[in-house]
This record gives sequence, structure tokens and C-alpha cells, in this order.
Amino acid sequence: MSREIIHQTAAEMSAELASGNVTAVELANAHFDRISAVDGDIHAFLHLDREGALAQAASVDASRKAGEKVNPLAGVPLALKDVLTQKGVPTTCGSKMLEGWRPPYDSTVVTNLKKAGVVILGKTNMDEFAMGSSTENSAYGTTRNPWDLSRIPGGSGGGSSAALAGFEAPLAIGTDTGGSIRQPAAVTGTVGVKPTYGSVSRYGLVAFSSSLDQAGPCARTVLDTAMLHEVIAGYDPKDSTSINAPVGKMVEAAKKLDVKGMKIGVVKELAGDGYQAGVTTRFNGALEALLSAGAEIVEVSAPSFEYALAAYYLIAPSEASSNLARFDSMRYGIRIGDDGSRSAEEVMKMTREVGFGKEVKRRIILGTYALSSGYYDAYYGSAQKVRTLIKRDYEAAFAKVDVLVSPTCPTTAFKIGEKSDDPVAMYLNDVCTIPVNLAGIGGMSLPCGLAPEDGLPVGFQIMSPAMKDELMYQVGGTLEAALQSSWGQPLYASAPTLAVK
Amino acid sequence: MAAISREEVAHLARLSRIEMTDAELDHLASEMGLILDSVSKVQAVADQDIPPTSHAIAMQNVMRPDVVVPSLTNEETLSGAPAREEDRFKVPQILGEE
Amino acid sequence: MALNYDQALEKYEPTLGLEVHVELNTNSKMFCGCATEFGASPNTQTCPVCLGLPGSLPVVNAKAIESSIRIGLALNCSITPFSRFARKNYFYPDMPKNFQTSQYDEPICVNGYLDVTIDTDEGPKVYRVDIERVHMEEDTGKSLHVGGATGRIHGAEHSLLDYNRAGIPLVEIVTRIIPGTDKYAPEVARAYVAELRDILRSLGVSDVKMEQGSLRCDANLSISPRNSGTLGTRSETKNVNSLRSVERAVRGEIIRQANRLESGERIIQETRHFQEESGETRSGRSKETAEDYRYFPEPDLLPIVADPAWVEELRVALPVKPSIRRKKLQEAWGVPDKEMAAMINAELLDTVEETVALGAEPTKARSWWLGEVSRLANEKSVEPTSLIQPSEIAEIIALIAAGELTDKLARQVVEGVINGEGNPSMVIEKRGLKVVSDDSSLMVAIEAAIASQPETAEKVRSGNIPAAGALIGAVMKATGGQADAAKVRELLLKHLGQA
Repeated sequence: MSREIIHQTAAEMSAELASGNVTAVELANAHFDRISAVDGDIHAFLHLDREGALAQAASVDASRKAGEKVNPLAGVPLALKDVLTQKGVPTTCGSKMLEGWRPPYDSTVVTNLKKAGVVILGKTNMDEFAMGSSTENSAYGTTRNPWDLSRIPGGSGGGSSAALAGFEAPLAIGTDTGGSIRQPAAVTGTVGVKPTYGSVSRYGLVAFSSSLDQAGPCARTVLDTAMLHEVIAGYDPKDSTSINAPVGKMVEAAKKLDVKGMKIGVVKELAGDGYQAGVTTRFNGALEALLSAGAEIVEVSAPSFEYALAAYYLIAPSEASSNLARFDSMRYGIRIGDDGSRSAEEVMKMTREVGFGKEVKRRIILGTYALSSGYYDAYYGSAQKVRTLIKRDYEAAFAKVDVLVSPTCPTTAFKIGEKSDDPVAMYLNDVCTIPVNLAGIGGMSLPCGLAPEDGLPVGFQIMSPAMKDELMYQVGGTLEAALQSSWGQPLYASAPTLAVK
Repeated sequence: MAAISREEVAHLARLSRIEMTDAELDHLASEMGLILDSVSKVQAVADQDIPPTSHAIAMQNVMRPDVVVPSLTNEETLSGAPAREEDRFKVPQILGEE
Repeated sequence: MALNYDQALEKYEPTLGLEVHVELNTNSKMFCGCATEFGASPNTQTCPVCLGLPGSLPVVNAKAIESSIRIGLALNCSITPFSRFARKNYFYPDMPKNFQTSQYDEPICVNGYLDVTIDTDEGPKVYRVDIERVHMEEDTGKSLHVGGATGRIHGAEHSLLDYNRAGIPLVEIVTRIIPGTDKYAPEVARAYVAELRDILRSLGVSDVKMEQGSLRCDANLSISPRNSGTLGTRSETKNVNSLRSVERAVRGEIIRQANRLESGERIIQETRHFQEESGETRSGRSKETAEDYRYFPEPDLLPIVADPAWVEELRVALPVKPSIRRKKLQEAWGVPDKEMAAMINAELLDTVEETVALGAEPTKARSWWLGEVSRLANEKSVEPTSLIQPSEIAEIIALIAAGELTDKLARQVVEGVINGEGNPSMVIEKRGLKVVSDDSSLMVAIEAAIASQPETAEKVRSGNIPAAGALIGAVMKATGGQADAAKVRELLLKHLGQA
């Protein structure tokens, strides 16, 4: 593959910008060109904000020219998941419900990105309201995996991960409620981090499940992800659940490349039946690499994880049924059936019938059930108890080890349409990622190779205790370096060159 | 299999204000049964004395001072409105309570 | 033959409980920084949070928590060591998120009471009203129903929504069933709301204006046949906008329910709306098919764990209870019951107290506020206190006492102040209203009158006292009517050797 600027890492682009070899405007245009060339196939973007992006890029160029001190990522392009508000820019959450809505305010993540001079190219596709593992639930068409266009790019943040793997952007923002950053990263051979709950503001993140949702950084390398992490994280008084503590030194950790003496726990329960052979092979290969790098590998048991999936599919739909009640056509979004004779109530019902897709309705109904009187204790209440047990499992494990690891998902990318009629099978895809959200801790997925049987990327998950996200970067950075030296190049460099249209 | 009737689904659809056809109700009723089968697993801990966790990271007393900050303008407020009139959101007739 | 109130009470016993919603007077809303001013133009005190825009998040107003705790303490409640917000899920267009952020099973204050006194046939009697809970929630927006003949919901073609009120902090105070009210249920209800209102006012936590909706009362009422030992089906009456209406609504509902039962119908559990004009209640939404609110802990907010030391600080700093304060004031001022009640009903007790504190004599302060100022306020349909300051009334009263103003002149001063001509001394200065009492300046006028009417003066000197009238009139004219006529007469006669 010819090494154009778009194939560089964000850190490399940052250096090029700093040295004046390229301007932010040129860099943005190079990415818009790439998007024009390949996004017809990939369909990562729902909306491009050329005007806003180029204005931001020009302003960064001017600042650099004037000798002002800027953030290292100033001028580097980014793809934003369409679940975060950006003032004046369409925000649909992949739903027909919000077609045409332009929020009157910026999410805190966007505010932080703008402040750092990051150039937001546009909004990326996702499963509707972040419910799904494939982007097949988007109202605006499925995103395809650049590694194999007949396969899913993961979900819900499949647009962001595909944009990275397709070299349409070096950085992306995802959100992760049950794995929506990590699973897409895993199946596209990219890196994605779900930070500790409360460390990145949720203000302006359209809520799916408030107690689980967390925005996080995505990129092609661990270092790039760390750089972006430092830009978006931090205390925000507009989010009551925001943690009032300084952001850890992620970049420094990513550059350590040293795990000597670190204890790494392999979660016994996240392996075995249902795990694709190639996934297990590559996972074990990564463990060996960590072992060679001087880490101590131990097996750890987390007995309550067996209930995690069930608890998640009660808590998330319950909160969602309430969070999504506001989409009623009264104040924003589409309105269906208002012919002057129907009541507000009827118009709400018709709008919600048409505006929501199948999966969203399924989860609203499930959540409504789990919260209804008579069922609350058995379902929602029990799920919250499971949550306590999972937290305890993590606490016990982290008393023995520094980080925990597992495959990010049981399989590589599946075919588009393969599981779309079987919700339960689809839900099983999240089995390794969900416990992290229930406990509110940090989780990272980074590529650990291609599965021998299908040549598709396999994700390696690292989990760190709450507010110790830097440990993921330290282990992830070390593992990435070790694997890349064995491969001779980064994994993403072996991604198929897409036919340029 | 956990059974959930079409009537129950219809009730849930009413509570959540979603119009559904009979075919949708039937389909959802059978799917819900399957999903409930798998999520019912949590009931294994239902009668155990375990405190529930509602927030992943335990914190308390997060408040802001009683200080007024600028609001959106009327124009910004109504910018997404499907219909508007006299600086207000225009909505279909509201039934029920006054 | 329909039963009247007394007949209804012969056969049935009422069971009464009250829910009062109070809008707190915080500067900003419960969960966002939008202003809370009453009467702003529509949808201008709104932001992503109180509009429930996708992605927005609530943050609790610390002052609202403090006010809620103070209310609980004033109502003898326990402040719970752990309290939480929950989501109450139901759809309604005036509620932007389609859930109300409220408190459910973990309210901030529980188990209090309030004693109220009413006049009964056997003399004054104290009723203890047990408070079950005091909890926090947020107000809804306001809808305007357009196209219907009456501006009501029925027959309206569409509705217009204003969310300025959405998210204003509300405190709900819920009583338990008030035992033994019997035929005094209407009076007890009124006395409770009145006492509660006074307490809230003394705490300074709310405007407590029923007519503006900053204090709203829902009356839960059921009746059962005497000595049946059963509880009837209750109705919940809303839209009760004054103290008088509280009493009328309870009375009306007792009569309505009794007559329904008499005619063999059953009572439906429902919300009813009080009709100010007729004093009757009208059916609202039926609650027969109980709403399932699907409460669950609000994940976007964190628990409130009130520091006991802080609660103690708040308790110590509570103002004197209105009932005690009233008693003290009445004794100090020596005011009869009736006049005390007049001041309380006119909501002028605080103002009179303030005026007295500035040196005014209590009787005078009371009569100025309840008399002239209230009359003018009535004419203008405004609050007396919006027209003139207690300090200004105190100043005017002091000037009258010093003989520098007559009552008649003082009324002109009040008028001037109200017209925006400045403070009392400025009005006196501008309008030249001072009583001319200083002898030497009067003497100048008298001598001038004598000089201009020497013949009349001669008549007076020679004993024709009535002739002095013309001279006095001239002096009064010369002084612009501000001289004290009796004084002029005295000086004139003395000067002409007739005194």
C-alpha cells in the first residue's frame, strides 16, 4: 500500500502539522477525498460537515502560523459518532425519529474537541440509538466492514470503526454501553477504549442507558487513542455523574512499552464454548507476547459474569424505555399523522411506531415490562443485584492483578444479515464486553492478529480498575509494539485496499 | 418458555405509546418470550440479600449552586419544533387532564 | 331530594388528606440554570435540560435541597439520611422528558406534623395534621388550548406549549389521613393550608401565591356511612386556587359524594377539578385503570446524604413559628383578634411589623396599610407592598405625630410616593405640603391680611369676633391652605387683643 498521508497515525499527522509539512486544511481535504472515494462502499458517514471542518482547520492553521501553542491533535481530523450533539449539525442517532434535527447545543465531548482544534469531519453511522452490534439497525443503511464488505463493522459504533479501518479518519469518537466501542474496534482491527464511567462527560451524548453509557476514543493505534482520550476526558459540572479528578496520563502510559512485573489476569469465564478457534489462537498468542514482555499471567475467576448478559439486557432496555420516552414529536424530530383531527396522544403513538426501528421497539417493550409494577423486583431489581456481584468479582480480581484480559468478542466479524433475525444470538456477541459497563470500569480493545480461518481481525480486551485507565494504555501499548514487531507492520496496514470510486 | 401474551404486549405498547399492528404484537410476544427466558437468569439472585447497584461509581451530594445561567433564545428553543405558533410549540389537541 | 351539607354529614363521615405542591423561589430551576421568574415571555427561560433535549443531563440545585430540608424541619419531620430521585414515567406533552424527576420511596423528609386551630361549636380546637412526607420534584410546562370555545381542553383544536415553568423546583407535602375532622373537614383543610402557607412564607422558600400557582392544593376526600368502619373510594380535587376554595372544594365534594351514594351510584376513583364559579368539582381523568409509573432510581442523579451537622445548623436557624410570632405580636401591639385576622388575611402582617419596627405606632401602621394603601392597591389591582415601602409609611406616620402633616396632607404624600414623585420628603418638598405651624411665618401672613383689610381688623378689635372669619380666610389662602386654621384664629385674635 502506498503510504499517503491518510495512512499515517494521528501522532504522525500531528508531527507533520507541527513541522509545517502539511496544513490542517490539506489534511482535511485529503480525508474528504478519501471519503468521496470509498464511502460509497463503506457507508461510514451519515453527514459530512465540510464547511465546519474546513473552517476549523483554517483556524488551526492560522493559530499555528501565528506561533500559538496548540494541542498536539489540533488540525487532526476526526469522525464523530452520530449520537453526540454538535451545534447546528444534524444528529440522528441512526434513527428516523431524529431525521433533520440540528441540536442547538454542543455536547461536552464536542466542546473539548473544538477547544483542542480537532477537525470534526462529520457524523458516523450507528445502530439506532446505539442498540445493536452490527449497524444493521441504523435507519440509514448498514455500514460495511472495510476488511470484507459483506461483513458487519461491529456496532453500535460501526461507522466510527469502519471510518478508521477505511482510512477515512485517523480518529473517531464512539460510545460504549455494552461494548459499542470495543466490539467494532475488534472486528475492524482498530483500537477503542471505553473509559471509566464518569471520566468522559455524557452531556450531549443522547442517552441509551444512562448508568452504562460512556463516550470514548477510537483510533488505529494505542498512542493515538491515548492522545484523544486526554482531549475528551475531564470533569464536567454539567454531568452529575462526572468524576471530579484529574485525567490520568494516558499518553505517557501508552509510551511506556513496559509491563515487567505487572500481573495480568485472564478471565476464566470469558473463554471456551462458543469462542471461534481463531479468536482463541490469537488471544493466546497475545498472552504469550505479554509473557515475553515480562508480565505475569494468572487465571482469574469471575463467577458472576455468567449473569452479566442477562442483567445488561434488563438494565439497558429499562433505562432506554424511559430515556427514549422524550421522542414524542412534540418538540423536535419527525411528526407523523398530525392531520388536525388526531389528538397529541394518537400522533405520539403513530410517530413512535414509524420513527423507531424494530430493535428499539423491542427494547422499549422489554424495558417497560422489566420496570412495571409486579415485575420490577424479579427483573430490574434482580439485575441491579447482579451488578453488585459483578462489581465484587472485579474488586476481588483487581486485588490480585493489575488488569484483566479476555477476547473482545467470541467471533470475528459476522456476515451482514447473519444474525439480524435472532436477537438472542446477536446479544451473545456482547458477552465479554458487558461486565465492564456494569461495573463502570475501563476497557480497551486492540487488534491481536487475524484469525487463521477467515483472515479477519481479532480483538484483545484489557480491563482496568476504575480511574486507572492508564493501565490499559500501558499494557495495550506494550502488546501493540510486541505484536507489530512480530508482524513487521501494524495490522491495519494489511487491510484491503478498497476500490477507489 | 416464559409466556407473554399478545394482550400483555399490547398493554406495554400502550404504556410506551407505540402503535402496533396485530401482526407486530404477535411477533413481539413470541420474541419477548425467548428474550425473557434468557434474561430470567438474574432471578437466581432475586431472594439473596445483596444491595442493588444503581450507579456504577458510587458518589453522593452532587449539586450546583443556585445561579442563573443564560437560557437558549426563543428561536433556538423552537428551532427543532415540528410546528410552532406565538413563540410556543404547536401540538395536536391534548386529551385527558386539564 | 338532594342532601345539603348538614344532611350529608348526618349520614356520612368524611376522610380527608391533603397534598400541597409548593414552587420554591430559587433563582434557577431544579436541574438547570434557567431563570424562574414568573411572567417571562414564552419559551425564553428554557435550555436543553428543561426542554428535555436529547443528550441533556440534570444537576440538582443545592438551594432547592436546602429549602426542602428547612420545610421538613419546620413541619417537625425527620430528615432522611439517604434520599434519592426517581423517574416517574408517563406521557404528557407538558412534560418534556415524558418522565417527571421526582422522589418515590426515598423522600428527603418524613413523619412530621402541623397543629392547626379552628373555631368549633365548642370553642377553639387544635387538630394535629400528620405529615407523611415532603419530597422534591420538578414542575411541568404550561399548555394553552386553542380553538375551543372556552380555552379549555375539551373542544380545543390544538395546544400551544410554553416550557418556562418546566423544571421549576416543586416540593410536595403529603399529609396522612387527618383523623376526626368530621363536619369540620372543610375548615381543617383551609386552616392547614393557611398555616402551611404562613410557615412557608416565614421560611422565605416560596412566594406561596395560590392565585399564581406557586402553592397548589389537592384535596383527597372520601366518605363512608357513619360507624361503618370502612373507607370509601376517594377523589382527588385539583385546581383549588385560594384558601376559600380549599374550604369550598372539600364541602362541595362531601355533598357530591353523599348525593351520589344516596342515589345508589358508586364513587369513581378519579381526579376532579374545582370550578371557582360554581364551587363544584368536575370530573377529570379517571384513575380506575391505575397508571403504572414504572418508578426507578434516576441514573443521572446521585443520592442526597444530608450531613447531620448541616441539618442541625438549619434547624437552629429556623424562624419563629408563625403561630407563636402572631401571638407575640398581638400581645405587644394590643390588637383585637378581629384586626389581627384582618392583617393576616390581607397578608400584611409582615409589612405592618416592619413598619412598626421602624418606629410607627402599631395602630397607625395597621390603619395606613389596611386602609389608604390597600384601597389604592385595590384600585390598581396590585399588591399594597408594591406601591410603597414600610419605611415610607413609617416616615409619614412620624411626620403626622410631629404635627408636620395633617391626615389629609399625608394622604396626598402617599399618593405622590405612589405616583413616583419620590420619597415622602421629596413629595412634601415638591408639592409644598408642609403644615405651616411656625408662628412667625403665620404672623407675617396675619399682618399682611390685617394690612389689606384694615376696616375688618378694626371691627374685630372692637369686639366683633365673627368678622375675624374674613381675615382667617385670607391667611389660609395666602398659606395655600396648609396652615392650621385653629392656630391662625388663635394668633389673629391674640394679635387684635381679643384673647
